[in-house]
Amino acid sequence: MRTILRRAEFFVLTLWAAITLNFALPRMMPGNPAEAMMAHYQGKLNPTAMHALEVAFGIKTNQSIWQQYIQYLGDLAQFKFGISISHFPTPVGEVVMQALPWTLALAGVTTVISFALGTIVGMIAAWRRGGVADSLLPPVFVVVSALPYFWLGLMCIFFFSLTLHWLPLGFGYDEGASIQLTWSFVRQAIVHAILPAFTIILTSIGGWILTMRNNMIVTLSEDYVRMARAKGLHPLRIMIQYAGRNAILPNITGFAMSLGFIVSGLLLTEIVFTYPGVGYMFLQAVNEEDYPLMQALFLMVTVAVLGAILVADIVNAWLDPRIRSSQ
Amino acid sequence: MYPYVAAEEQVPEVRPEHHQSAVVGVLARVGTILATNRKAVAGLLLLLVFVVGAVFAPIIAPYPPDATLFVPTMGPSRAHLLGTTAFGQDIFSQLVWASRQTLMIGLIGGLAATVLAVLVGVTSAYFGGLTDHTLSVVTDVFLVLPALPLMIVIAAYEQGGGFWVLVAVIVITGWSYGARQIRPQAQSLRNRDFLTSARARGESSWYIILYELLPNMTSLILAIFLGAALYAVLAAAGLQFIGLGNPNDLSWGTMLYWAENQEALLTGSPLWVIAPGACIALLGAAVALLNYGVDEIGNPALRATRRKRGRRAGP
Amino acid sequence: MAVAPVLEVRDLTVDYGGESPLVAVDRVSLDVGPGEFLGVVGESACGKSTLMFAIAQLLMPPAEITGGSVRFKGHDLVHMKERQLRHLRWHDYSVVMQSAMNALNPVLTVAEQMRDAMKAHRRVPRKEIEARSTEMLRLVGIDPVHLHSYPHQLSGGMRQRAMIAMALLFTPDLIIMDEPTSALDVVAQRSLMVQIKELQSMLGFAVVFVTHDMSLVARFSDRIAIMYAAQLVEVGATGDVFAAPEHPYTEGLLKAFPSIYGPRRELTGIPGSPPDLRRPPAGCRFRPRCPYARNAEPELARLQEIVSPELLPIGDRLVACHRVQMLERAG
Repeated sequence: MRTILRRAEFFVLTLWAAITLNFALPRMMPGNPAEAMMAHYQGKLNPTAMHALEVAFGIKTNQSIWQQYIQYLGDLAQFKFGISISHFPTPVGEVVMQALPWTLALAGVTTVISFALGTIVGMIAAWRRGGVADSLLPPVFVVVSALPYFWLGLMCIFFFSLTLHWLPLGFGYDEGASIQLTWSFVRQAIVHAILPAFTIILTSIGGWILTMRNNMIVTLSEDYVRMARAKGLHPLRIMIQYAGRNAILPNITGFAMSLGFIVSGLLLTEIVFTYPGVGYMFLQAVNEEDYPLMQALFLMVTVAVLGAILVADIVNAWLDPRIRSSQ
Repeated sequence: MYPYVAAEEQVPEVRPEHHQSAVVGVLARVGTILATNRKAVAGLLLLLVFVVGAVFAPIIAPYPPDATLFVPTMGPSRAHLLGTTAFGQDIFSQLVWASRQTLMIGLIGGLAATVLAVLVGVTSAYFGGLTDHTLSVVTDVFLVLPALPLMIVIAAYEQGGGFWVLVAVIVITGWSYGARQIRPQAQSLRNRDFLTSARARGESSWYIILYELLPNMTSLILAIFLGAALYAVLAAAGLQFIGLGNPNDLSWGTMLYWAENQEALLTGSPLWVIAPGACIALLGAAVALLNYGVDEIGNPALRATRRKRGRRAGP
Repeated sequence: MAVAPVLEVRDLTVDYGGESPLVAVDRVSLDVGPGEFLGVVGESACGKSTLMFAIAQLLMPPAEITGGSVRFKGHDLVHMKERQLRHLRWHDYSVVMQSAMNALNPVLTVAEQMRDAMKAHRRVPRKEIEARSTEMLRLVGIDPVHLHSYPHQLSGGMRQRAMIAMALLFTPDLIIMDEPTSALDVVAQRSLMVQIKELQSMLGFAVVFVTHDMSLVARFSDRIAIMYAAQLVEVGATGDVFAAPEHPYTEGLLKAFPSIYGPRRELTGIPGSPPDLRRPPAGCRFRPRCPYARNAEPELARLQEIVSPELLPIGDRLVACHRVQMLERAG
């Protein structure tokens, strides 16, 4: 019970922090961009747009800052994010929804592949300590994960797209194609996603391999692994059911906590490949000073990360009977 | 970007030693490992190459980096090792001079983030109770807030960040990772007898923290610093690349920005992109390799044992 | 021994490699007859646990067997391929470890772990697996409802007994136990020992029981082997050894344990500490602590300094002591 409460406290606080940051940052920065924006757009935008800005910044110049804050919180609670300036007059919510599926697809697939492959390779590397896999892979992947995501992306573009002409330059689909749920469109989408996905998997898999390998090494010296050997169990079964299942547990919490960084890498890759996801949209919003959109995206990313952490917690409880009993 | 460490759950065994001898002891161990561990040596050498390059930039670079004197978009030649930019600057000279800002950001950003991480982690572990709970929650919150979006948001409001904005942004988003690693080790040390005896002697908390606790965490702090420095370099480069740094600064990140801006890949000067990126990658690799070696100091279980053939040994 | 021994260990030597290499088991030889209960006694770090793992072929790097042989029912275990060895494991000999909490997989239920053991050896239909598991748990006094419990849900004593139940799944000929009772309180210890003896007389398996607690084996073992600094120093029938110890170390051990019966006497420990196995002394390893070595005549003293004593028969006993052997030759 205590852990659930602790988790809930953490979630609420994080959400609150993100929301408040959205509110406070524009006011705290030198030059007070919020008010500068308002002044800048005064008279240039129609009242609806101005109102959108007001909602985004929570500015009602006739109210005190605390009243503005409460108003802001209230608006958010009703999912009123305001109107996007760069996509005027579409509400921010709708704009975000255009980009969201692309990011989710990319993130989902790459995370699953990285995790699965990385964990398996790490498990095998530790099992055959001192073997080829163990001495070669960890340093190679340590180096690979130190590479800047975006540079790797650029290199991939250079080699696979510009030089070899195997894969498209970027973006989500071929030029001029319209978004529809037909097979040819889906095929395009997949082809365009190959390079970004490859880049992400390449840089993130190293982390998985290393942590799984390190955990496995520690787990392999546990008595119950020795006991499993004593029972004459098949080595494969020992590696997976006795060592692997126990070694993976700390990985899951570690993964959850690293999500903030993983998401950052994802967004950067989208930018490099001009992939029409949340990351690219984020950058556009910044460049076009579309603050309502920018804030909504920031909030949304935070919520997504928290959601993933929740999922990781559930998976953890499902895999580890010791946690299940104490709940 | 960041190598995940689940090792914060495994607290490596630390034999407590007394202050100066502890630091000397660990540094000696670090020295031995660095001398024998091939990965660490490779990392160190690579790092030295960059540091020397940065320090002796005026001597090594053939031309001033900003001089737009040359024929633009030239390929590599004897006069210009890496060719020229779209503005007519020598890429190699730029590369060498640019290493200064990148290394500085890594150093200062990494240092600042580490100091904050150690401060929070140790305070949290040492004083326990409500302080611990509050600081832990704060650490977790900062850990989870997505770093890049936060950095972009801050930099955006700043209308593009100069050196110190970048450092600030890096520290804000990067300290929590280290704090999370420091806390368990500090906790395990806190309850050891040698600290209890220090308290019994009547030493003040600050003395204990500074002279008894910290020296015994030297290898962990070193590892955290390396990780933070790596993060700083990559984060700064990332921000500068997407245009949120100060484009008039000279660093590897801004070089990449201009290269992208001028579509270097498409217009036939790929070296403009490859070179600074490769340097960042190599610098990152150097730090990562060093970190790998330091990791093996703190956790001897990770050191590879040569696999013996034959007799009954091993799973 | 009239009947062929179940286990024959000859000159078994185990090295620990790594940063500070040492010999953890130094040319140990012993026999175990069918249905016999052999206690192996020694201080911490004398090598007895390593010896057990070596016999069971369960060493992990950097430990490895560097000499000698282990013959189990005629099979040479040391030189067997792992694949062949797996057939013998658990089916013919099994192991009970010191800490059941650590020896049981935390993420699998007791039933699943028993099933794993059984399926590894034969194609057994599910019903039979369940029946056998239930029978075994009942045998050690655990309610079969706990088949579906996870290890952390059982009490310490129950976990230990569950381990024994698992070890008996195939009613092996030999069970090697490594201090299985040290994590329990005195009452639970005794009850477990009694249970083991009952099962032994019922099912007829041999037991090699490693412990540092002499009083524990005194009551329950048929023969006893004393280990010191990686070497065996005395082996014999328990009653005989306790009544008349030959080796000075055995004497010292017995003098250190109080007896509830008999007159009150002064307890003496053994001064000094065991040698550092990384740099073992030449000659007799017990010499620095031996009360007789001080008054030894020059010839004996020289022998003790240079040559490590062999384990040789003295009557019904095996003793590794120069002085005792010299007296035997003389008298």
